[in-house]
Amino acid sequence: MTFEIAASPARVAPEMSADLLIIGGGIHGCSAALHAAKRGMKVIVIEKDSVARHSSGVNAGGVRRLGRHYAEVPLSQHSMQIWYKLGELLDDDTGFQVAPQIRIAETEEELSGLRQRVSDLNDMGFTHEVILSPEEVRGYLPALTVPVAGALASLRDGYAQPFWTTFAFYQKAAKIGVCFYEGCSVEKIHRAGKIWQAITPEGIFRAPKLLVAAGAWSGRIAETLGERAPEEAIAPMMIVTSRLPPFCDAVVGAAGRPLSFKQMPNGTVVIGGGRRGRVDPGSNKSEILFNQLYKSAGTVTELFPIMRQASAVRTWSGVEGRMPDDIPVLGPSARHEGLYYEFGFSAHGFQMGPGVGDIMAELIATGTTWAPLEPFSISRFLA
Amino acid sequence: MAPSNPRRIDQGRVVTFSFEGQTVRACEGESVAAALTAAGIRDFRNSIVSGQPRGIYCMMGACFDCLVEIDGVPNRQACMTEVQEGMFVRRQAGAVEVKA
Amino acid sequence: MNTEIVDLLIVGAGPAGMAAAVEAAKAGLSVAVLDEQPRPGGQIYRNVETAGATRDKVLGPEYVAGRSLADSFRQSGVRYMPGALVWNIGTDMMVDYSLGGHSSQIQAANVLAATGALERPVPMPGWTLPGVTTVGALQILLKSAGLVQPDAVLVGSGPLLWLVAQQMVAAGMPPKAIVENTPRGRVLEALKYVPRALRARSYLLKGLAMIRRVRRAGVPIYRHATALRVEGKDRAEALRFRAGGKLHRIESGNIALHQGVIPNQQITRLLRAEHFWDEAQKCFRPKLDDDGQSTAKGLYVAGDGGGITGAASAALEGRLVALGIAGRMGHPVAADRIARLRVVLARDAAVRPLLETLYAPAPEILSPADDVTICRCEEITAGTIRETVRLGAPGPNQVKSLLRTGMGPCQGRVCGLAVSCLIAETRKQSPQVTDYYRIRPPLKPLPLTELAAFEPAPDTPEVIEK
Repeated sequence: MTFEIAASPARVAPEMSADLLIIGGGIHGCSAALHAAKRGMKVIVIEKDSVARHSSGVNAGGVRRLGRHYAEVPLSQHSMQIWYKLGELLDDDTGFQVAPQIRIAETEEELSGLRQRVSDLNDMGFTHEVILSPEEVRGYLPALTVPVAGALASLRDGYAQPFWTTFAFYQKAAKIGVCFYEGCSVEKIHRAGKIWQAITPEGIFRAPKLLVAAGAWSGRIAETLGERAPEEAIAPMMIVTSRLPPFCDAVVGAAGRPLSFKQMPNGTVVIGGGRRGRVDPGSNKSEILFNQLYKSAGTVTELFPIMRQASAVRTWSGVEGRMPDDIPVLGPSARHEGLYYEFGFSAHGFQMGPGVGDIMAELIATGTTWAPLEPFSISRFLA
Repeated sequence: MAPSNPRRIDQGRVVTFSFEGQTVRACEGESVAAALTAAGIRDFRNSIVSGQPRGIYCMMGACFDCLVEIDGVPNRQACMTEVQEGMFVRRQAGAVEVKA
Repeated sequence: MNTEIVDLLIVGAGPAGMAAAVEAAKAGLSVAVLDEQPRPGGQIYRNVETAGATRDKVLGPEYVAGRSLADSFRQSGVRYMPGALVWNIGTDMMVDYSLGGHSSQIQAANVLAATGALERPVPMPGWTLPGVTTVGALQILLKSAGLVQPDAVLVGSGPLLWLVAQQMVAAGMPPKAIVENTPRGRVLEALKYVPRALRARSYLLKGLAMIRRVRRAGVPIYRHATALRVEGKDRAEALRFRAGGKLHRIESGNIALHQGVIPNQQITRLLRAEHFWDEAQKCFRPKLDDDGQSTAKGLYVAGDGGGITGAASAALEGRLVALGIAGRMGHPVAADRIARLRVVLARDAAVRPLLETLYAPAPEILSPADDVTICRCEEITAGTIRETVRLGAPGPNQVKSLLRTGMGPCQGRVCGLAVSCLIAETRKQSPQVTDYYRIRPPLKPLPLTELAAFEPAPDTPEVIEK
């Protein structure tokens, strides 16, 4: 089924040339666009469907520093500072709420792994993650009835409304002059001298710099440009329940089982946790597989008996891009000048959007960035 | 002016159940929604967002306006549930009341 | 142990589903029929098996005629599962369903969605008050419980409105009033379809007879009504409207609305079948080929779910779909019988253009005032939706993400069409371009404990990715 966007005046601009072309209108594309525009660059975003159509619009909304790969931690930390002030940046509330992110350890073995992590992070200079004692866990999660050895927590993480947030980035970017072309697929990419050309049904877009922030479709773009990026499309599944009276302020995960669980201000509970459905990126289709998802319902009702009174009102998934090592591809191309990548966030890219967009904009505008991007280089996949 | 109650054009075997503590006489084979309507009960719940009273609308399981709590289970579509002798039906208040 | 595969799984035991089941079984297919109701009949023949003499007389011979189909259905030998709610269907035609509080799966080779129609939403001020129902709801109260409201005011337009009015007259409790909102000039517009409609003249004559009976019972009839609003504080108390150049107020605690019926899209949208906007019927319909197959491979549609054609056509379509599937699966089927069924189907359809033009929804209903609630579940008004579109939300799914319209338990069954039309109007585009909510499983809310205890079909692959 094709979804046609009728153009409205605010969103289609006559120019086809810019300082920076961005392929992809998810949170990463929109955030990079906004930050690049704030640095004075003329930016055009080309999106094959509609802004926030895929992962950015349908993820579970976790704004999480907790538990990240060590290489991601500085970027995630930087992003978090932007989240705290997002309302000012975007002139929009975006539904962001500060809330503890808590990962429970049901066994001593799980807990000792978490203790080691906190120690490593402290050595790196990060103190946002702490260990909670069983009593402290009960304090944050009174509705949890299984015994726990303790938990890992980042007390000032949070959650947000993914579509709303991405849409707000897009609207602010458009307000400060970024041009968005939606329903516009890049068919081919050429380099003519020092200029990148993106060939689309709407015409040829040109800029000296090109950023690929196209989610699950980026790996294929990189391949056509001669760079290996073995990106896999996945479909993480989510459940939202009927409304319950407030019983949980935190976002909850578990060290030993797939789980992610948060109660929204309106009382509904969003259950994630990474079980995967069926996916076909070529047709934008993702499909729920209940013979996997039912296990998430089991986990939640076992840990939180109050959930036994809830109903699954809706389930959904989206098309997400995953790298084999579960960390994204960020930074400059290893082959071409003026080409940059920001994709493959492997089901945990939402929180990173505000910060990584800023970092990439700095890199693209000035040629360098404070952020250590080496671990994310696309060259790590060179055969 | 109080609205008049619906009339029955025929009678079936009587089934009784309770609604908010009152006994309601119903006929075998009819839905909880029909039985409550026959008894003159119009408001089945208070809506989630504003607490407005809601009752039956479509009678075919599409609109989800007729939600009541039946035998302790909330969010039951009254129009899709047949009356059973001794059922314990209550209005649904707002989103749902959870037993501790 | 291998997963059992049913040749044809039918969702819905109304006329289309029952007729399809009978044909499919006769042709030698293995058939399962899953229906939410405890007895067969769908909405049109609801409770037909147990109606009894009094209801038979009130409801009329066309209703009673459904009984023989129900009998044939019962005797067909198909696996009939009443009280079964289908809450998901995979692209591989794996059907997830709930029965008796327990959820499991059946693998089908083909699925026939025979889930019929829904009432078109009729948003107006006060329409969420207790006491306001659809006209269809009044008929269901009659069919399923023998109940009639003594002071009912029927509001809107369409054949069902007249049928229910006639049935209430037959029950000795005529409606207090009929307030028709067909705009002036419609009859003139519809005249050009009369010659074609005469091919199904018995239908036309029955319709006229219905209207005559209601008139003769002395029911006050108001025509070309506008500015409809329901008054009341905690319940419906009166209907206000303008007609014949005057303002009217009719006191009633039972106000029933109707602006025609529309295809139930939940299953076809769930499977991402292509739909098109039918400008004549003013609704979305799934694209179906000559065999009744949608663009979702393996998913067929028969009956009102494919486009509003009524009970007789529904049964014919059901038979044709079943015979087509049986033939393609290698079972012998009589080609001449199929040809005859198609002829009758074409003849039955002749009256539709006239009815569609005459009874198309009124502009006031398609474009409600800003303060009217559109999404009843989440209580979102027309004005809020218009404003969100003006701020840049391009379609129903973005409006859903921002406002929660369609996120309630009904998942758009009531508000969906109204939201799409409102967005289309605000963006000055055809609903064809605006399109509709993406529908997600479960089709109805499922208790988490039931989902936790879900029993997958044996031998299914754990994860499949293309």
